[in-house]
Amino acid sequence: MSKKVLVIGEAREGTLRNVTFEAIAAANIISDGGEVVGVLCGSDSLEDMGKEMIYYGADRVITVANEELKTYTSDGYGQAVLSVIDDETPEGIVMGHTSIGKDLTPKLASRLESGLISDATEVVAEGGRIVFTRPIYSGKAFEKKEITEGLTFATIRPNNIPAAARDEGRAGEVTEKSVDVQNIRTIIKEVIRKSTDGVDLSEAKVVIAGGRGVKSAEGFEPLEELAELLGGTVGASRGACDAGYCDYSLQIGQTGKVITPDLYIACGISGAIQHLAGMSNSKVIVAINKDPEANIFNVADYGIVGDLFDVLPKLIEEIKQMKVNA
Amino acid sequence: MNIYVLLKRTFDTEEKISISNGRIEDDGAEFIINPYDEYAVEEAINLRDAHGGEVTVVTIGEEDAEKQLRTALAMGADKAVLINTEDDLEEGDQFTTVKILEAFFEDKEADIILGGNVAIDEASGQVGPRLAERLNMPCVTTITSIDIDGSDVQIERDVEGDVEKVETTLPLIVTCQQGLNEPRYPSLPGIMKAKKKPLEELEIDDLDLDEDEVEPKTKTIEIFLPPEKQAGKVLEGETDDQVKELVSLLKTEAKVL
Ligand SMILES: Cc1cc2nc3c(=O)[nH]c(=O)nc-3n(C[C@H](O)[C@H](O)[C@H](O)COP(=O)(O)OP(=O)(O)OC[C@H]3O[C@@H](n4cnc5c(N)ncnc54)[C@H](O)[C@@H]3O)c2cc1C
Ligand SMILES: Cc1cc2nc3c(=O)[nH]c(=O)nc-3n(C[C@H](O)[C@H](O)[C@H](O)COP(=O)(O)OP(=O)(O)OC[C@H]3O[C@@H](n4cnc5c(N)ncnc54)[C@H](O)[C@@H]3O)c2cc1C
Repeated sequence: MSKKVLVIGEAREGTLRNVTFEAIAAANIISDGGEVVGVLCGSDSLEDMGKEMIYYGADRVITVANEELKTYTSDGYGQAVLSVIDDETPEGIVMGHTSIGKDLTPKLASRLESGLISDATEVVAEGGRIVFTRPIYSGKAFEKKEITEGLTFATIRPNNIPAAARDEGRAGEVTEKSVDVQNIRTIIKEVIRKSTDGVDLSEAKVVIAGGRGVKSAEGFEPLEELAELLGGTVGASRGACDAGYCDYSLQIGQTGKVITPDLYIACGISGAIQHLAGMSNSKVIVAINKDPEANIFNVADYGIVGDLFDVLPKLIEEIKQMKVNA
Repeated sequence: MNIYVLLKRTFDTEEKISISNGRIEDDGAEFIINPYDEYAVEEAINLRDAHGGEVTVVTIGEEDAEKQLRTALAMGADKAVLINTEDDLEEGDQFTTVKILEAFFEDKEADIILGGNVAIDEASGQVGPRLAERLNMPCVTTITSIDIDGSDVQIERDVEGDVEKVETTLPLIVTCQQGLNEPRYPSLPGIMKAKKKPLEELEIDDLDLDEDEVEPKTKTIEIFLPPEKQAGKVLEGETDDQVKELVSLLKTEAKVL
């Protein structure tokens, strides 16, 4: 049964996050040949981003531009998206399980009295029903869920559901809708940016993460070098953040970012459950730790027992060699 | 101030997880206050100490949840409410939970409701913002600091590591993030006092709800453990050799380089 499915897009520093394209792919599975409609909120022209959504598989896109939507607030975005939902009466909604997605979607689901499946890592159509898989118990188990009544509404974990290939040949309408956004009850006075530009941690294919074992801010230098060499980015444990070696925006885990890179290299991280909750789904995990008993080795595919300051420079050299030879 | 805390009794995820009869086996497992709700309890007590009023801790669950409620009382909360669904409801999801909480809060005139950012077991993070929408209250998620002056509220929240400073007003719902405070341990006198503090038990009937109204919108089809990972390969030999082997494995076996 084909459905009309909305995808709520999300941009970071003026470009759409990759998870938006993954959400479009998920929406296409749910819609089963129906229509996938993108929704974008912001303050500037959203035309180009709208087209981008179409290249990745949306059929058309509705944009809502308003000064009040310059930064995300749950009231502002809530009103804008609800107004689009009123017009479109979709049968499904998909969004990324990001900071904004986590804040906005429960509010919408509650208003619409609908179910919501949060943080799905897989979406499949199975004998006429849509089945979602999601990690539970800090990633120690998984559950398969379906929505039994009403909207098929879900958020998806970044880097798990493959986006379609970008196709500039795809055409579709990008229409603007004006929404009177008012009565925003939570005013954002200031945002103190801690995150650095560059690769978005939750979307990176390679993450080199450091823990308390890195011992200082300077200790992160070899990790950064390795990350750059592999086209990835640096992450951290809570331990490293709390110790002030790096910023909280790098934190991976239950409190921080949940990531699923192709390659995760943990350097001087013990592997507490709250940390594992954020990375145990990674495709390949390498652990470098001087304690052979460290819990991180229980989830690692490959482990090196040793001092990270000894291992990393050698690893960097070896990879450089490999690149030269290639 | 009329302060409420939403508390969930959760499975301690430090525990080994096994499945029997399609459910997570909880026989003999350790249960705790959801860690993010401990931050909520701590903050609620601090707010009460600074502004006066009363802290009521609310949980939906089964009889066993009394233990976690008593712990919150021992930390310093004043009252507890257990909404016991054991006899009435077989199934539930976030919609169910919030429907029940909505009915509970209808006549409470709460100034602030504090919950956790996420429960570590089911981990949807839906309950706080869902409830706010039903009660028509503003909601600020993942807070790391809160300062109340009259009905004006200044909040700092964690947005993927960035700090967002937010201004809002009571009545309000917030969800607590790690970093907000360091939850206290219950003291011995606290534990003694907690035994005598009021713990009210309600059923959905007492909230004028019937089963149909709280019927879940989602269904769990199956619970399973991740495929057993092959024991990781801990490399051996001199560091130089280990590094060489690692690069070669990443290239040819794992195919990620
Ligand atoms: C509610 C809650 C939420 C939490 N959320 C998170 C979260 O989101 N993310 C998170 O990471 N943690 C989180 N934690 C904290 C978590 O429990 C751990 O305390 C934390 O992950 C430990 O960080 P670490 O592994 O860097 O430090 P440690 O546990 O101190 O481990 C350091 C490791 O480095 C190794 N080491 C030391 N020197 C070297 C060297 N020279 N070479 C190689 N190895 C070396 C040691 O052997 C050790 O294994 C949370 C905790 C709570 C209670
Ligand atoms: C009658 C009934 C039957 C249920 N049956 C099942 C079942 O068979 N299997 C199953 O896995 N789950 C069951 N649940 C639980 C339900 O699926 C969710 O776990 C629950 O709605 C909370 O969602 P969450 O765990 O994602 O919490 P989140 O939304 O992640 O929690 C965020 C915060 O909300 C608050 N909160 C969450 N839950 C409660 C609560 N119960 N009481 C008070 N505050 C809370 C806490 O402050 C928490 O930190 C049932 C619930 C009910 C009411």
